[in-house]
Amino acid sequence: MAILVNKDSKIIVQGITGSEGTFHATQCLEYAGNVVGGVTPGKGGQTALDGKVPVFNSCAEAREKVGANVSLIFVPPPFAADAIMEAAAAGIELIVCITEGIPVAQMVEVKAFVEKTGSRFVGPNCPGILTPDGAKVGIMPGFIAKKGSVGVISKSGTLTYEAVDQLVQQGLGQSTCIGIGGDPIIGTTMKDLLKMFEHDDETEAIVMIGEIGGSMEIEAAEYAKANISKPVIGFIAGQTAPPGRRMGHAGAIVSGADESAAAKKKLMAECGIIVVESPADIGRTVKESLKKIEIGVEL
Amino acid sequence: MKIHEFQAKELLKGYGIPIQDGVTIEDAEQMETALDQVNKEFGAEQYVIKAQIHAGGRGKGGGVKFSPDRASALENLKNILGMTLITHQTGSEGRLVKKVMVAEALDIQQEFYAAITLDRSKGMDVFMVSSEGGMEIEEVAKTSPEKIVKEAIRPGFGLRPFQARNLALALGLEGAAAKQAVGMFQKLYKLYRELDCSIVEINPLIVTEQGNLVALDAKINFDDNALYLHKDVEAMRDLDEEDPAEVEASEFNLNYIKLDGNVGCMVNGAGLAMATMDIIKQRGGSPANFLDVGGGANVETVKNGFRIILSDPNVKAILINIFGGIVRCDRIANGIIEAVKVLDLNVPVVVRLAGTNADIAKELLANADVDLISADSFEDAAIKVVEAAKG
Repeated sequence: MAILVNKDSKIIVQGITGSEGTFHATQCLEYAGNVVGGVTPGKGGQTALDGKVPVFNSCAEAREKVGANVSLIFVPPPFAADAIMEAAAAGIELIVCITEGIPVAQMVEVKAFVEKTGSRFVGPNCPGILTPDGAKVGIMPGFIAKKGSVGVISKSGTLTYEAVDQLVQQGLGQSTCIGIGGDPIIGTTMKDLLKMFEHDDETEAIVMIGEIGGSMEIEAAEYAKANISKPVIGFIAGQTAPPGRRMGHAGAIVSGADESAAAKKKLMAECGIIVVESPADIGRTVKESLKKIEIGVEL
Repeated sequence: MKIHEFQAKELLKGYGIPIQDGVTIEDAEQMETALDQVNKEFGAEQYVIKAQIHAGGRGKGGGVKFSPDRASALENLKNILGMTLITHQTGSEGRLVKKVMVAEALDIQQEFYAAITLDRSKGMDVFMVSSEGGMEIEEVAKTSPEKIVKEAIRPGFGLRPFQARNLALALGLEGAAAKQAVGMFQKLYKLYRELDCSIVEINPLIVTEQGNLVALDAKINFDDNALYLHKDVEAMRDLDEEDPAEVEASEFNLNYIKLDGNVGCMVNGAGLAMATMDIIKQRGGSPANFLDVGGGANVETVKNGFRIILSDPNVKAILINIFGGIVRCDRIANGIIEAVKVLDLNVPVVVRLAGTNADIAKELLANADVDLISADSFEDAAIKVVEAAKG
């Protein structure tokens, strides 16, 4: 059944009339046909994507008129925090924010706000979610993925594509791929997704791609130790990163000893996660793990 | 973004927080007048001469000197202004000291630590204090974590007065000093919040012989994402403290960080860029840089990327690793071809393109009249570039 999104999702795009919003909304619509509208304040009543979908003034209106339950956000940074809160207040069940560069202080408030509404929030500064043959809610290139049984969780964009590509080359498809984003404050964590993949019948193995900075991988690994029965294959990017330097992502900075790649990998391995040393070995390692399960070898 | 101690102290002063005051100079000719001024304005007979660079460990590196009289202050000023200061944060090449603060010396009765930063796992800001002032907080966290007392700041509620009182109590402060601390902590949080700081750290926060609380040092970093809201803060950026190639890269919207290896890398996406550095290392090479060309890579970005990578004389080979999602590989290929023609490269370039239009891109590269090494996979690319860097 995959997780978070599928062909029955009713997706709206906040910021659909902007150039990025239009471009990616078109791709999402072409991928699975389940984009049902867009939101741009002041442009309600118009249509977008060559007349294919209606534009609403607010998320509440989109929810009421077309039953939207997923919102994909391409609103520029100064307005993005507000857009996320609007979607949550309107009762949109899943909110995915692609926007990069939202001030951290605003995200602290957004996170507290969204948690009170019960909406699930993914991002910001992330590539979004892709359920092969089901739904594309974000900017991941749909054609690289293939329907299957591997769940993919990642802090990165292109490194996710790399991992997905390696899986496909090994003949392995994906249940759902989620880019959670590399910012210091994000809505959905690795641990949250491990839990969802564990309960998803379609998922047989989970790839978890982390990076230096923060402690999310550690929290996920500790959770996995007691709660996840499926094989988890992990990689941490940034082994060569010097401490104190921000490596692109706002969150990718080693500010304490336990935030380094080496420390994270060590703890993940201790928690039973199959840690991949080389980023080129992700696909191969998943294949081997699944093969071992097939023939009944204890991992 | 980072700023200097003297700039951080100016901000604190603006928020009504008592600081160890002084005068900051850049020019050797200003030494005498600076001493006069600190003597006259702050009544100082004794001084502390403090190198202003964006790195910690200045004291241990010899960049902070107590000077019991004017003559020694002058001597220390002469030594520190223009010195190359090496600390555990500057790397072995050190940092040229271009600015020096002439500060009043204060009598210290007690030293504390106070800081505000984001607790990522809690998703909220945290105010920390410790009785172990003057030490590195990471060290305190390791050896005696019980000496760090924290108050989490609930979003929307700010630092409540009772929390500020708890922090003051935790430092063992009483009476007037406790009252001062409560006021100071609330002002500190106000500054942190209003200016979108990523860290505000006072280390040490001292109690003087007279029983007054004073910020003896100050470190403030800002959230880069929020700088657009604070033009006055952005104006405090000191480009002298940043690597010129990194500054140039940021002007082209490229994210570049110089490292000390010899394999240059050009990659799209921060995660893939880090992974590319990792695999180069695993294959026996050493990355010369981190470079994320971002999602909108085109001929210009590729050209600028090459120029910036090649400004580092250590680079012996370059690996271009692009996974095309939004960005199309054929566009990148055209960029590479054009850049190689224009720039007259004298190091081997290994190219690995995957994703959107990768096939078209490969054909473009194969048919172009340029000298490039094509790689089929991530691993293949790493092996080839490490080999090429050996010469």
